[in-house]
Amino acid sequence: MTRSRGLTAIDGAIALIAILLIVQMWLLTATLEAYLGGHTEPIIPAALISALLFAACGGLYLFIRRIDARRDRET
Amino acid sequence: MKKTESSQAPLWRDEFAIDVATDSYVTRRQFSKFLVLTSLGMFAGNLWILVKSWFRSSPRFEPQPLGIVDELAVGDVKLFSYPTQEDPCILIRTGIDQFVAYSQKCTHLSCAVYYAKQENRLECPCHEGYFSVEDGSVLQGPPPRRLPRVVLQRDGDNLTATGVEL
Repeated sequence: MTRSRGLTAIDGAIALIAILLIVQMWLLTATLEAYLGGHTEPIIPAALISALLFAACGGLYLFIRRIDARRDRET
Repeated sequence: MKKTESSQAPLWRDEFAIDVATDSYVTRRQFSKFLVLTSLGMFAGNLWILVKSWFRSSPRFEPQPLGIVDELAVGDVKLFSYPTQEDPCILIRTGIDQFVAYSQKCTHLSCAVYYAKQENRLECPCHEGYFSVEDGSVLQGPPPRRLPRVVLQRDGDNLTATGVEL
């Protein structure tokens, strides 16, 4: 993998993490709003989806580390 | 070989050896780690809400007499507070034998809703949120949820509030 391709992949992964994080922030505020309004139905699905989003972010972070380590070895 | 005066590092460099630009440089890996930790924080927030909802006890409502049925003509309203003094509610007589009561706090920003008799709906004057008189559902505007409905019990000529349905 060339250096520029590695950087592009890392930048893309960071952008994807940022998008997932924005979705997660919205999910938290919507869940809190529902909870304070006395509605408990969306709480469990929201927690599951938030867990999935966190897992996706973690996966992308591991991807970034792997690409970064490979770039370090090649240079 | 002796260095010239200009090529030597200034004396203050020995005392302030840290370069600010280098020290505050954030690598992509550090930045992505920060984002993932923030994501963990969001997940922890969702988990906290989940745990709080498990331990939240359901509210208990004491019956509260609202008065005699004949005090209100059809289309008239009566304001009262239920279940506490900080919870304003509105009672509407919609028919000869039909009464409905809702929380008076708009579900948008808690402005007091009023009964618009001609349009037969509840209206919030702040942002023009309209609610149905039949079930309190949102007809128009920014309110995200229907109005909480006060459960009424009629015993002869007496009307009593017995609970609140969110």
